[in-house]
Amino acid sequence: MVSVESPPVERAASPAPRVRLLKTGVSRRTAWVLRIASVAVPFAVWWAVSGSGVVPDRFLPAPPQVWAAFTDMAASGDLRNDLLASLGRIGAGFGLAILVSVPLGFLMGTVGWAQPLFEPIIGILRYLPASAFIPLLIIWLGIGETSKIALLVLGVVFFNTLMTADVVRQVPRRLLDVSATLGAGRARVAARVVFPHSLPGILDALRVNAAVAYNLVVVAELIAATSGLGYRITRAQRFLQTDKIFAILIVIGLIGLTIDVTLRVVRSRVGRWSA
Amino acid sequence: MSLRFEGVSMAYTPGVPVLEDIDLEIPPGEFVTIVGASGSGKSTLLSLVAGLTRPTKGRVVLDGRTVEGPGPDRGMAFQSPSLYPWRTVAQNVAFALETRGFSRQARRERVAWLLDEVGLTEHAGKLPGSLSGGQQQRVSIARALARSPKVLLLDEPFGALDVQTKEDMQLFIRQVWRDLGTTVVMVTHDVEEAVFLGRRVLVLASDPGRVARDLRVEPPGDGLEVKRTAEFLAVRAQVEDLVRREHRAHLAAARA
Repeated sequence: MVSVESPPVERAASPAPRVRLLKTGVSRRTAWVLRIASVAVPFAVWWAVSGSGVVPDRFLPAPPQVWAAFTDMAASGDLRNDLLASLGRIGAGFGLAILVSVPLGFLMGTVGWAQPLFEPIIGILRYLPASAFIPLLIIWLGIGETSKIALLVLGVVFFNTLMTADVVRQVPRRLLDVSATLGAGRARVAARVVFPHSLPGILDALRVNAAVAYNLVVVAELIAATSGLGYRITRAQRFLQTDKIFAILIVIGLIGLTIDVTLRVVRSRVGRWSA
Repeated sequence: MSLRFEGVSMAYTPGVPVLEDIDLEIPPGEFVTIVGASGSGKSTLLSLVAGLTRPTKGRVVLDGRTVEGPGPDRGMAFQSPSLYPWRTVAQNVAFALETRGFSRQARRERVAWLLDEVGLTEHAGKLPGSLSGGQQQRVSIARALARSPKVLLLDEPFGALDVQTKEDMQLFIRQVWRDLGTTVVMVTHDVEEAVFLGRRVLVLASDPGRVARDLRVEPPGDGLEVKRTAEFLAVRAQVEDLVRREHRAHLAAARA
């Protein structure tokens, strides 16, 4: 005879000790302590080394000197003008790259013939380092704005196209089938299903490539420019103003961080459903 | 007026038919379940009705018109609910209604009615990710029903659900069928489910897929307790034997 009665199961006295694996997390508090240390420790080392007199001021200015250089540049308006010049170039170059790469990547991910037509050439072009094009771009387009914007486009457009195509291709087959049975034609499926499904991934790709564009604009300005953060660095170099160089590097870092955080926020808003 | 297969064959690779020479007539309002071993082309059969695949020979006819492609007169739900994860429950159900033929008002009323029918009114504003598997499948079915299809095609819709949820869903889908009077064609690998829900059970043979048996089923009652009656168990055993025989034949054919 089978019985459904059973003796009560005893509770375990204490939770089993967790096995230590890779990727085990730390507590929230520890994480914050580590985050702060991640910035504070290098900063403290910098201050200590520059204050100790081991390294000459000319090579390693102390934080107060850098701060003074920063307030100088901010007061004279140079910093503002350079910042606007650099951001303007990023806006134009990166914007143009988006206008080309997102539709092209979308096409490659959705239409059968686009993939074999574009993938090989883009696959080759994207491994050519954009900065190696600078001499050629200067010969073709001069040292004005056009060559700098062209450099940004070259550096971003190929990667972003392929990354977009990858994201678009990941829309599940089933979702497309279902949409067809619900009466949606190809254009409607593209606009109402493929695009919203891909949008978070497209924004991820943009965030990665925004960093690339940002790096390239400074590179372009180091070589030939009369304004911009990169230009300000080369000028400071000429007069051995390392304190200015440090100040600009910190500004570049903070602006980059701002761009990244902004895109992250947009991404998490748009992709709330996919988190 | 009905759903008809006329000499339908289907081969994904030439010379290896998945379905061969299917002739079948399904009158309107019938609840048909299809069981069969793997390789019997159950899902392909549904896919042909949905218009997602085309037969290599013969034709599928719905209400006198040959099926040429997918359309809202045939609703379909799959084992994975395949909802639009960025749309709320109500917006998912509304997807097929977002065309010129429906005013805002008509759409809202239709969605409200469908959500009520599937018992999800209180979840209308939620994203699918926050629903249970059974609830997601209800949304998927409501979405398929939006444009009042003549045929509802279900491809192992409850295959991924736990047993209790599955039985709830079986009662649910039968209620929907009674309320709407739509023809339902449902593929399942669960013979008990097939015999419980289907008024007609088709057993498919494999290699190539064809209809081996076409059984009429009259269960002696409505509720889940029917599943324990001797009558039900006998039919279930009979169908299981048929499927098992086909399964063995399929394995033997695969080995040969």
